[in-house]
Amino acid sequence: MREVLDVKAHVEDVRIWGDFRMPPSEDGRRDGCDGGSDRGERLPIPSARLGLWIFLGTVTMLFAGFTSAYLVRQAGSDWQPIPRPPILWVNTGVLLLSSFLLEIGRRRASPRRWGAGATFLGVLFLLGQLLVWRALRAQGVYLPTNPHSSFFYILTGVHGAHVVGGIIALLSGLVLAGRDVSEERLSHRLSLCATYWHFVGGVWLYLLCVLFLF
Amino acid sequence: MSGQHVVHAHEEPQSFLRRYIFSTDHKVIGIQYYLTAMVMALVGGTLAMLIRLQLGWPEAKWPLLAKLFPRGMSGGVMNPDFYLALITMHGTLMIFFVVSLGLVSGFGNYLLPLHIGARDMAFPFLNMLSYWTVVPACVIMLASFFVEGGAAASGWTAYPPLSAVEQAVPGSGLGQTLWILGMALFIASFTMGGLNFVTTILNERTRGMSMMRLPLFIWTLLIASILGLLAFPPLTAAAILLLFDRHGGTSFFLPSGLYFGERVLPHSGGSPLLWQHLFWFLGHPEVYVLILPALGIALDLLPPFTRKPIFGYRLTVYSLIAIGVLSMIVWGHHMFVSGMNPYVGEFFAIGTLAITIPSAIIGFNLIASLWGARLQLRTPALFALGSIAFFGTGGFGGIFLGNATSDIQLHDTYFVVGHFHFMIGGVTLLALFGGTYYWFPKMFGRMMNERLGKIHFWVTFVAFYAVFLTQHFLGIGGMPRRYYAFSKFEFLAPIRDLNEFISLAAFVLGAAQLVFLFNFFWSLFRGARAEQNPWRATTLEWVAPTPPPHGNWGETTPEVHRWPYDYSVPGAPEDFTPQTVPPTVVEVTR
Repeated sequence: MREVLDVKAHVEDVRIWGDFRMPPSEDGRRDGCDGGSDRGERLPIPSARLGLWIFLGTVTMLFAGFTSAYLVRQAGSDWQPIPRPPILWVNTGVLLLSSFLLEIGRRRASPRRWGAGATFLGVLFLLGQLLVWRALRAQGVYLPTNPHSSFFYILTGVHGAHVVGGIIALLSGLVLAGRDVSEERLSHRLSLCATYWHFVGGVWLYLLCVLFLF
Repeated sequence: MSGQHVVHAHEEPQSFLRRYIFSTDHKVIGIQYYLTAMVMALVGGTLAMLIRLQLGWPEAKWPLLAKLFPRGMSGGVMNPDFYLALITMHGTLMIFFVVSLGLVSGFGNYLLPLHIGARDMAFPFLNMLSYWTVVPACVIMLASFFVEGGAAASGWTAYPPLSAVEQAVPGSGLGQTLWILGMALFIASFTMGGLNFVTTILNERTRGMSMMRLPLFIWTLLIASILGLLAFPPLTAAAILLLFDRHGGTSFFLPSGLYFGERVLPHSGGSPLLWQHLFWFLGHPEVYVLILPALGIALDLLPPFTRKPIFGYRLTVYSLIAIGVLSMIVWGHHMFVSGMNPYVGEFFAIGTLAITIPSAIIGFNLIASLWGARLQLRTPALFALGSIAFFGTGGFGGIFLGNATSDIQLHDTYFVVGHFHFMIGGVTLLALFGGTYYWFPKMFGRMMNERLGKIHFWVTFVAFYAVFLTQHFLGIGGMPRRYYAFSKFEFLAPIRDLNEFISLAAFVLGAAQLVFLFNFFWSLFRGARAEQNPWRATTLEWVAPTPPPHGNWGETTPEVHRWPYDYSVPGAPEDFTPQTVPPTVVEVTR
């Protein structure tokens, strides 16, 4: 009987909850940093990082879609490989170096200088890619010239768009670094940027293989 | 008290704009999605009525409609291009902008944090961004009716060359470009939403809410979001390639030797089949993105009205996962007649038939959940039961279509039209309605009218069967889909009356939805005030105040001690035990 009363009391409690006001926000995780005390069940990974990995999964599927289209189209009779502009190798080196700098910044937890260096190299990579397009155009290889050139322009373009996204994230991180924010939040942000940046670098190596090795 | 008010004012944005328009509150965003879907449903439904008008009376003149659609129905008779635009946009709007937006984004956003005891989504700003990305997508889709050549006319599947050659039909021009743009925005929005759903479900659950204590609707949202995140990107890739075929002179999907007028088009070597593969790689999982949350709602609506736990919770979860995995490898069954190695066809057929196993398990669990129930036939329960009935009927047709041997006979007939309307039209819409009647008291603090709800259900249920079950028979009789008129085919003369019957039933079906609309808006202002927990249900949203304030919970988020289906626990004082009741009070069964 006592238990019965307990349940009734509990149900009453539940009803009374309607009078409560919004409490002060304990879990200030809006910027992706996980703080928070009344957190419950969760994976051992911060939400921002989990979200980033899921996003990288969708980007992987995007390039998987392009790859399958590429392989199917490559089997066509009108496929003619286009020349490989040598400056591509320089660009690849620049992008990898950029990733390297960011990784050093992450390990040494000193985001400002290394982050700025990585961002600069990222912009340099994009300019280099524009030079590649110009070199191809000079050789008379345009977007509709043949399927390989179409794929080359589109894949480098889509990859470039992802690099632009990374540069914007890095720049916003640098702006944050200029303000008075905690080192912890800053290095958290840098660490997320680094993951994305390495991924973009990895996608570039993969695209190089798809476009010119197979 | 005043201190609390200060906190309150600090937390919840006070300006109208930040509170109701550009809100980051999941509940406001959920309702925004829901209402947007309702507007799109009105347009999509009107298109369906026009389609049925044409199919029922192909040669009739409608002078009034000539005034409304001076170009599409010049002289009162529908012109074929307009018909193609109608079916294209009806499909596109209903699938992506009604069911996806209303069921997945609408209910998903509103209920997900409430169901798992969170204060909001993991990324509230991204959530707002997601909604405000889909609004321009809706505007672009609707605007495409008013551009030169009218809306896209290549079907919701946008098969090239119709979608790739700008001159192919009037709708292949600017209308098709806008269609691609609208879809791109929709996909971007859905990706942001899916990302948010998965992260929130995995990382924002309250204390005690283990994965095996999640309501099944949340499980279906999780699987549907993952499917969407994996399946939409390849379509994005395909859409980018299509855009370049249209405007960049490339030949990904366009073969050589295409003529337009007296001129050979410059494309060569492309493959229209490639588009079909990339499209259906999304297209089939998309079916499950829509139908799994619908089943989740049906599963979750049963226990409050049967007053007993759902049958086979774990097996249902495993079956949902199995369906999710299998749905990624069966897209080819949409393409049995497109030219496919018979062995590949066999692979896709076996995969498709394998899906019937987990689907049947879920179906049986639903039916077994009714065994020994104290069934209360309130409106939400009726819609949940109707949804199960449609799942059974539609699924039965699916067995014939999944099998290459019979599909080759039935492909592109009204059998297919009837089948997919039961599944992604019927199951999802009934779940959407059932969910509305059930959660309306939580969302708006008032009850919807029960009598009108029952009228809405029975008319919808019967008229739906009249329309779409009959279409199965038309399909067996050989009536092909997408045709503008059937009056010239002698072999179809015997079923002309049936087409009139279907059209009349479709109008009844359409009219029944007006009853729902009236009920919705009438109840919004005049409905009876709802109690905190009107259905005497166990899940967490009924523990929150009605309607829930910004941040959902009181001082602390609720703590969960049991699974969501503790109904009629022996020895418990009430026949429902909310998830928050501690084990010291009522024994924990799971």
